[in-house]
Amino acid sequence: MTRTDVQLMLDVKAGDDASFDLLLQKYRTPLVSFLYRMVRDAATAEDLAQEVFLRVYRARKQYSPSAKFTTWLFRIATNLALNSVRDNRHRQMQVSLDAPVEEDEAPIQLPARDLRIDEHMIERDRANIIRRAVAALPEKQRVAVLLHKYEEMDYSEIAKILDCSESALKSLLFRAYETLRVQLAPLVAQPVEHRAGEGRPS
Amino acid sequence: MKCEDVSKELIAYLDRRANSAERVLVEKHLAECDGCRTRAEDFRKLWNVLDEEPIHEPSLGFDARLRQRIAAEARPGWFGWLVPQPRMALSMALLLALSVWISRLPRENPAALGASTASEDEQFQMIKDLGVLENYDVLTKSDVLSALPARQAAEAEPALDDQQQDRQPEGDGG
Repeated sequence: MTRTDVQLMLDVKAGDDASFDLLLQKYRTPLVSFLYRMVRDAATAEDLAQEVFLRVYRARKQYSPSAKFTTWLFRIATNLALNSVRDNRHRQMQVSLDAPVEEDEAPIQLPARDLRIDEHMIERDRANIIRRAVAALPEKQRVAVLLHKYEEMDYSEIAKILDCSESALKSLLFRAYETLRVQLAPLVAQPVEHRAGEGRPS
Repeated sequence: MKCEDVSKELIAYLDRRANSAERVLVEKHLAECDGCRTRAEDFRKLWNVLDEEPIHEPSLGFDARLRQRIAAEARPGWFGWLVPQPRMALSMALLLALSVWISRLPRENPAALGASTASEDEQFQMIKDLGVLENYDVLTKSDVLSALPARQAAEAEPALDDQQQDRQPEGDGG
């Protein structure tokens, strides 16, 4: 019988470290990925993910299943990520698609479909453009999109993590996706065709 | 339903989380509004585009590093030395009890005490039996000397002393 996350965490609380390993295996990739999309730096994302798991482990004795485990986990991750972004704001360049293009960065010019261009490079460029567009969103909108689109969380869960109402969250998501629709219009107009499992955020 | 009202429910409608009543209202509006219908189609395409960003995997040493950090936290810090440990407390108590027992051991042993007393008596006896002291007793307790009047005895003693003093230079010079 598969144990739920809450049951696993209660077992960790009772001293079963093997259950903590199971939670680690299940959530390390989503967590690192989420944090990477938040802070846009691989080393920082890993450090923050380690800190999240450490905090969960430290708090195991006081754990009470008042909410879903993922809500708790991603709330810690969100707070750490936002603090990290705010702390480093003065050192970071807030890159947006409207900002002047750097020399080593390609402008948003999609190659014609009939030209023989390395597809891998195109994919990488497109991924870069998407990453930059998401990173340019206001903090709360960015968290909402990442948790909704990539972590496939319920509205109630995301609302708890962002400490807002579900109604406010729906408005937040609409504004975020509307911004992305405009920013990524060239990519939306020219989608790649070989993607599988597309068309829905969850 | 107006466009502003649809905007709030559009995302839930597209990701199939809206309830049946909301779905009906949104579908009715989309059938009538070209702008919202285009937006809805763009949102679907946008979600496909967002899927293009790959998942970022953690490094290979992620788990090992985390376990190392957890193990390091489990070890007590410097302040841990201040916290009494059961083993340490027991060892200290045993050591203290042993020290007290050892320090009290000689006083509580009567055989050792008797031996010590006997030794002192023997030493006293040896001193008492020395030849010089024996001669001194003979001189002081002699019947001949005790029979003399006290004055003569007093005079005899300095004379005896003078004789001894007179002899000493000779001895020194020889």
